[in-house]
Parts: sequence; C-alpha cells; structure tokens
Amino acid sequence: MSERECTCATQGEGTFDDTPLDAVFDEHGSERNALIPVLQAAQDAYGYLPREALERIAQRLRMPLSEVFGVTTFYAQFHLEPRGERIVRICHGTACHVRGANEVTRVIEDELGVRVGETAADLSFTLESVACVGCCGLAPVVLVDDQTFGSLDAQGARRLASRFRRERAS
Amino acid sequence: MSTRADTPTVVRICTGSGCVMNGSLAAAERIEATAAAAGASDRVRVVRTGCHGLCELGPITVISPANVFYPKVSAPKAQRIVEAILADKPPVEDLLFRESDTEEPITHYGDIPFNRIQKRIVLRNCGVIDPENIDDALEHGAYQALRHVITDMTPDGVIAALQESGLRGRGGAGFSTGMKWRLTRDVPGDVKYVICNADEGDPGAFMDRSVAEGDPHAILEGLAIAAHAIGAREGFVYVRAEYPLAVKRLGIAIEQAEQRGYLGEDIFGSGFDFRVRVRQGAGAFVCGEETALIASIEGKRGMPRPRPPFPSVEGLWHKPTCINNVETLANVSWIINNGAEAYRTLGSDKSAGTKVFALTGKVRHGGLVEVPMGMTVRELVDDVGGGCQNGIPCKAVQIGGPSGGCLPTELFDTPIEYEALVEAGAIVGSGGMVVVDETTCMVDLARYFLTFTQNESCGKCVPCRIGTKRMLEIVTRICEGKGEPEDIDRLEALAHDVKATSLCGLGQTAPNPVLTTLRYFRHEFEEHIFESHCRAGACTQLMTFRILETCKGCGVCKKHCPVSAITGALKETHVIDQQRCVKCGMCESHCPFEAIEHA
Repeated sequence: MSERECTCATQGEGTFDDTPLDAVFDEHGSERNALIPVLQAAQDAYGYLPREALERIAQRLRMPLSEVFGVTTFYAQFHLEPRGERIVRICHGTACHVRGANEVTRVIEDELGVRVGETAADLSFTLESVACVGCCGLAPVVLVDDQTFGSLDAQGARRLASRFRRERAS
Repeated sequence: MSTRADTPTVVRICTGSGCVMNGSLAAAERIEATAAAAGASDRVRVVRTGCHGLCELGPITVISPANVFYPKVSAPKAQRIVEAILADKPPVEDLLFRESDTEEPITHYGDIPFNRIQKRIVLRNCGVIDPENIDDALEHGAYQALRHVITDMTPDGVIAALQESGLRGRGGAGFSTGMKWRLTRDVPGDVKYVICNADEGDPGAFMDRSVAEGDPHAILEGLAIAAHAIGAREGFVYVRAEYPLAVKRLGIAIEQAEQRGYLGEDIFGSGFDFRVRVRQGAGAFVCGEETALIASIEGKRGMPRPRPPFPSVEGLWHKPTCINNVETLANVSWIINNGAEAYRTLGSDKSAGTKVFALTGKVRHGGLVEVPMGMTVRELVDDVGGGCQNGIPCKAVQIGGPSGGCLPTELFDTPIEYEALVEAGAIVGSGGMVVVDETTCMVDLARYFLTFTQNESCGKCVPCRIGTKRMLEIVTRICEGKGEPEDIDRLEALAHDVKATSLCGLGQTAPNPVLTTLRYFRHEFEEHIFESHCRAGACTQLMTFRILETCKGCGVCKKHCPVSAITGALKETHVIDQQRCVKCGMCESHCPFEAIEHA
C-alpha cells in the first residue's frame, strides 16, 4: 500500500524549482493586490506559468488557487502551457488588416507549418496573433521576439518565414 | 559659420518603435562614428528622440538649427549627411524629401505637407527631446507648470483653469477634465488616487504609445498636477504590456524626476508628496474601461462594474480616484503655461484644443497628426495625408476603432468635433483614423471589428457576451455568401439591443461599426446576400479561383493546396476542382508565374 499512496500533494515536488519565486516575492511583496505583477514576473522566470508556480503564489498571497487561476486565465498575456523559445507575432490591428494581414498570416502558417496560437512540437517557437503593436505606419507588421518587420506582402512574409526557418536550423 | 565650434549641429534621429525597425540606431551610431573619425565629435550632437509619428518615412532625421529634414535615413545616407555638415556644405539634395520623383525637394521639416497644418501641443516634444534624458526635457520646459501650480496656485485655481480651457477627456468619452477633477476633489477623504490610463487598446491607434515613448515627462507632470489639484499623494500609470519601450521610458523618467525632486517627497519644498508607480496591463482590451482598469490594478480579473458609484467617489481600493488618459494629461502643463484662453481659442466651440489622430490605412502619408478640433475629415485625409495611395479612390474613413464608425467620402466635410462625429455615426474615440479604399470590403471590415470586440468581451454581461457572438455569426455568414434575406434586419435589431443593454462602454459601443456600415454601406451587405458578390474582391469565400493558359505545369500550386483540389500532369496546365476548393488563395499566392486569378 505504501508505494501506491496518494501523491497528488507532493507530485513533482522533486522536479519543480521554486527558487525563482523567492526573488519575485522579494520584489513585489506578497500582498493580494500584487497578484498581477507577481504573475508577470513568475512568467518571465519560467517562460510560462506551471501549476506548481500558481500553487506557491496562491499560498504566499493567502488566496484560493481558484482565484489565482481565474485571474491567470482572464488575461491574454498569461500562458499555462510551455511556450516556444521564440515568439512570432502577427499584428492584426486595423491598419494591418486593411493592408493584408490575413494574407501574411496564411503565408506564414503555411511556410512554418504551425497555425496561429500553436507552438512548434520541438518548442522552438510559438506563432501568435496580436491585436495591435502600435506600428500602424508600417502595416502589415510581424514581430519576431522584440524585432519588428513591417510593410510585408505575401513575398516579404515568405522571405521572413524562410529566413526564420534557416535560423532555427542552424 | 564662425559659431560652429561653440554651437554644435544637432542631429535629431527618431528612435521610436517604427524607426528602430528601419535601422535608426545604426544610422545614429554611424553619424557619431563618422564625426569621431573626422575628429569633430564636438561639432555634431546626436539626439535620439521619441516617435515623430511619421513612421513610414523612417528613420526620420531632422537637423537643427535650420530643421533640415531627411526621410528614410539608412547608415550610408547618414554618413553622407554628416560629411556634408562637417564640410559646411548645403543639405544633400538627393536625400531630401520629395512629394513625388518629379517634384522639387522640400528642405524644412515644417514645410512638408504632412506638418504644415498641424498644431502640436500634446506632441510638442515628441521627436524633439531625448526621452531618456531629463535635462533635455527640462530645457524644453518640463516641470515649469508643476512648479507654478505648486508654488503659486491653489488646487481650486488649477481646476478652474482646466474647466475654463474646455479640455475634454481624450480617451473616448469626452467628459470635461476640469469637472472630473472637481468631482474627485469635492469628495471628502484623506486618501485619493490619480491614474493615467495608458492602456491604449484600440487597434489602429498609437498616440499614447508615442507620447509615452517620446515625452514621458509630459505625462508625469500632468499626473502630478492632477494629484495636487484633487489632493492625492499616490498615482499609477497603467500601461499596455505590448508597449515595452513605453514601460521602460516611463520607468526611467520616474527615476530621474524623483532624483531631481520633481516627484517623490516634499516637491519644490512645498510639503506636497507624490509617488508614481507603473503598472503593466496583461493583455485585456476591456481594461481600458475605468472600472475594469481599477479591478486590474487591485489584482483582480479586469471586469467592469456598474456606475454609479463613479470612480471619483469610489475607485481604487474604494477611495476617490481620478482617471485620465495619456493625451489628456499631456495637455495639462501646456494649458497651465499658456493659459486656458489660449487653449480654448484653438479648436471649435464645444471641442476645444487639438486632437491627435493616428492616420493610417490606405492613405499616402500616414502617421500621427495633431490638428485643432473643428477641422474637417477631408482636410485631414487629403491635405495632411495626401489622399489615398496608388491612385485608387478613397471609399471611407473609419474613426474611433472598434467603438467608432465608418464615414463615406460624401461625409468628409464633417468637422472633427465630439458631437458632430457622434451625429454622423462615428466617435472621436481615442483617435484611430483608418482610411480605406475601393479594395476594402465594408462588410469584412465590420466583421473585423466585431471579431475583435467579441474576442475581448469580458463575459460579465449577457448582451455583450452573447449578443456580439450572434452578431458576428450573422456578419460572418454574410461574408461567406450564406447570408439570408432577413439577416440585415436581424443584425440591426440585435445591434440596437446590445448597444442599449450592455454594462460598460465596450458592449455599448461594439455595435457601432456594424450600425454605421449598415447606415452608409447597406448596398454592400445586400450585394453579398442577394448577388453573392463582393465588390472589393476581399471576401475570398465569394471568389472563384482559376488557372490560366499561361500555367507552366510546375506543380507548386498542387503541392500547396491544403485540400488537394488541384490536378494536372507535370508541364501541363493544371485545373482546380471547384467543388473541393476552399478558396484559401494559397495556390495564387504561391504561383511563380502569376498564372492563377480570382474573380
């Protein structure tokens, strides 16, 4: 029986490293109203928000896990699944939309073999759409991490995607 | 040129998001390196400024004292420019701005058509100062108004001046700023808060980003004046997470202002304490709504609540709170410095002052434009923006983003004022102004905005959560050629219901793009439903793709077709099976010989 004992409370404890969270609490404190900055910093540290991190945060801020989960899922910025090492974001602001963001999306999805909202199987990148990055004069715009590429058409998007593929391969 | 040694030539190069993308950092470095190599570092001073708003001509470079303007300055061009400066030569003619290849170059920045009729108050320092250097901001007058307010004016005097100026909230609703301050001041209580709303979520608007990136001190100064007027000691700037550069520069500005004693404790020795903190949004459009924004700062789901009580009575942590938008606050110090009268005489009767618009879309010269209110839409689109691109006629202008509406060309003489635009079916809103031409389908544009608002609906109230969903389904159906004859009436009725019964501004204005499109472009809806025709050729589901005789039979289209609808032997003309085709357009965009067309 002892080997089959319920382990839900301790599951993963050996693998989850919570030391980055100490720095997060040091910086933002553990008041309830610091929840969002805490989640942001935790996500910066882990790349996403693993369940264990949410549990530690709930404990520390003395609030129910369900409430932490509720806040986490409300905001588009928070991710509960591991994300790609690099993030490719296609802007769908109004200016980008009227100047062909849909076409750019089709080409990039096709070239990279991943749909918007998905992460490559090898976790090398995530493809996302974003509402507006505020570079409307350069529409349509694609961001690769923090780098912006603008005034794209189908061909430009294809060039960008194949360059990105080459960089991944090397 | 005898003064050259003591007054170096100032090269202002834009380092806003757009210009950085186009290589302005490399150009700036090249200028410094070229001057250094010539042993003349003291003769050229490079200022890395914030956004000018003329992003598509970036990197923007303006050279003082004569304000010589060079567009699209790459590193090699930057080198030629600085070499000319060092050799005391006139401006490099072939690098100057031209309206078209055949026209004479325009040398001075203020003379280009885009700038001629602008009146810059909010953007006064954007593109002029180095936003990461407080000394530069101080040289251009930062914190003078704050000093004056704290040392010479009473809070009531400040509020009276704001009320007299006629300044109205620039975030969308257009409520009198002075009145808002008055209401918050009059609520009893020791603890009050001021918040700057920099959660600029409207797709197609980027003035708040530009001000935060280009002149963060203007925002902080406005916020400090507001705090002094209403009696707050703590403030927040709530910035969109998608604007990392704005977050960074606001942080630097706060730190520098605290070091100099313009923020923090005992400001100007008056006993007035004021601390500002930056809070980053987390990607929810609804947080631009003030009660949702407050919930978000409190660490909760960003959901709005019914008003009253208004935040001025019960806001952040149940304390009286005054929330102003970035652009509103950036006006405040100008009004204090130049007087309410000077501000009121700009603009029109009920809409005083200037408004910044993000002129984008199919316009020839897009960018951030600050003009006195009361100017007509036509003046803005044609005179400032140079009309539509590529000789395609303009069809409409979408004003106010997902909460606004589309005005057709016949209404381009509508003055840009709060009331006049609402009457025409649009709103001033945050100031997004997207020009569309004949190649844009108005039904598809309405669908675009509905997709956005439906996606961003927080789900708290039923009309917004379900109503926008049903509206989107109807509009999508119409775009795909599956619309039913009753759909237009159904859509209209539903739109009015959602507008009348939603809890917050998001739901109350979400139907606006649909309603104005129905008002001015009903024929496009009818064409989609009754004739399965999209006049703009934008709704791909209504198209037929066809392979032409010029097909070389290379097989590229066949390879890319996701549903294997293309057949044909190598080196023979291929054929698309229309029954299987899902009209994704992949074949057309991949064909190396342009042998696929759609109709």
